[in-house]
Amino acid sequence: MNVLVCVKRVPITGGKIVLTPDERAIETRHLGFTISPHEECGVEEAVRIAERHGGSTTVLTLGPAEAEEQLRDTLAIGIDRAVHLVTDGSDWDPESTAAALVAAIEAERAAGHDPDLIMFGNESADNGNYQVGIRVAHALGRPCVTGVKGITMHDGRVRCEQELGGGRDVYDVPLPAVVTVLEGLNLPRYPSVPAKLRARRKPVESSEPARSEPRLELVRLTVPPGRGRQAEVLGEGAGAAPAVVELFKKLGVA
Amino acid sequence: MVLTFVEHADGAPDALSLQALTLARGFADGEPVQAVMAGPGAAEAAPALGEYGVATVHVAELDGGYAPQAWARAVAELAGRIGPAAVVAAGSDRGNEILAHAAVMTGAALAANCVAATPGDPAGVTRVRWGGSLLEEARLHGALKLLTVAPHALAMEPAPAGETAIETFGPELRPEDLVVQVSERVDTSTGGLSLAEAPIVVSGGRGVGSAEGFGMLEELAGLLGGVVGCSRAVTSAGWRPHTDQVGQTGTKISPDLYIPCGISGATQHMAGCKGAKRILAINADPDAPILANADYAVVGDVGEIVPAITAELRRVREAS
Repeated sequence: MNVLVCVKRVPITGGKIVLTPDERAIETRHLGFTISPHEECGVEEAVRIAERHGGSTTVLTLGPAEAEEQLRDTLAIGIDRAVHLVTDGSDWDPESTAAALVAAIEAERAAGHDPDLIMFGNESADNGNYQVGIRVAHALGRPCVTGVKGITMHDGRVRCEQELGGGRDVYDVPLPAVVTVLEGLNLPRYPSVPAKLRARRKPVESSEPARSEPRLELVRLTVPPGRGRQAEVLGEGAGAAPAVVELFKKLGVA
Repeated sequence: MVLTFVEHADGAPDALSLQALTLARGFADGEPVQAVMAGPGAAEAAPALGEYGVATVHVAELDGGYAPQAWARAVAELAGRIGPAAVVAAGSDRGNEILAHAAVMTGAALAANCVAATPGDPAGVTRVRWGGSLLEEARLHGALKLLTVAPHALAMEPAPAGETAIETFGPELRPEDLVVQVSERVDTSTGGLSLAEAPIVVSGGRGVGSAEGFGMLEELAGLLGGVVGCSRAVTSAGWRPHTDQVGQTGTKISPDLYIPCGISGATQHMAGCKGAKRILAINADPDAPILANADYAVVGDVGEIVPAITAELRRVREAS
């Protein structure tokens, strides 16, 4: 069972987002980086599938040279090898992203690494275009199940569970397939120190894809005003309890 | 003309789809708005769309359970036949999924989770990034534009259209369209109040200190008739299940009152609770970002404040 999981390097935004002067990106000079929680679960699931069923695991990303940091993080979790499509760090639209990933997966297949299961996060943490996984599935002629919170491999098929208010919808599709996953699929492990050291020696193949003209073309980013006010402080410590209960009364919930 | 994919349940159109129709009418700019629906009960829910400016509802006749690619094929085939300037849907799980498939089938670009859109070539869209912490202004190119509408960004605005025509059609499916289909429904409802719908949510973050610390939040939530939620740090620590997580990658809530306790207020968390009508933050740090996004705050140790509120609430109730 060969599993390929796609991830994206994104900043850890903290409490307040600050934009670059050209308003086309987040100011990241003082920020750390990670991958989306959905993708962390995808990485964990890929490793678990390989542990249970054998086979190899590959991580694929499209992003700046620095995204190798995130690839190494996933290699430390237990992914076998990485493929890095290196960009100049500019914003890629979903169609160009999907096209570059498809070309990379086709190259993987030609090199004998045909993935039985391709995993994505349901949507990226930053751009949230909700379509890259589906576009890739169509280009490869494979079925795609989205928003998955439960995966079971059986008899050349994958059983996927999707959470829906008060229930779970089940899809059972033949492999090879594409699945987009949500956080809650599993509880990802933390890498051990020896695993981090081993990850440094694992192979990362890189290439530079070309981007086509975007049809969803970024003009500028803005930070929405939010609530635009600082909280009214009712008090400090346990002594504030009567003021809180007064507020409950005022709001009609006491 | 603008075509809108409308979801429905229990014989009525979904609220998120009616919000999408508000954007669709604006984008149509006086041109007609038509709708497409699928699934059991679509014909019963269709006439209600006349109140929201829809002159014609196309009902796709499709057998079996939900099959995203088959439903998308119906939308794409109809769009090819009637030639709308845009196809709009709610930015729901299914709306985003179906329009992504339809984008591939029609060869169009898709802008997901828009909060505003102006027609033209290219069209101008404003869409949500980072779960709503950031907005993107973009140009959407192509003869056919596909867009979904961010949930709760627009109001459902009635716009009576007079008589609504309902037309059924049987889309021509390809074998691959039915490979992905709901084959089974597992009921997991506990009968209790769900986090997404609870009127009051008391959430805990790292500042609660431990899994055991949530006992005091359970107690307060119980007294208020609410439920307990938590931040992502808490689910990552294994203190609470992911189903309790409020956030961009957890549950999006819209309670009348939200009480985050020991939660700093990272954008990941705020993306899940920006629908709350009122926020009362309890936090040890007076400079925590959550205080800049809350209506009320109590500063200090969560472990002292929450039990004190519970005791005071009990005392006041017993006295009255």
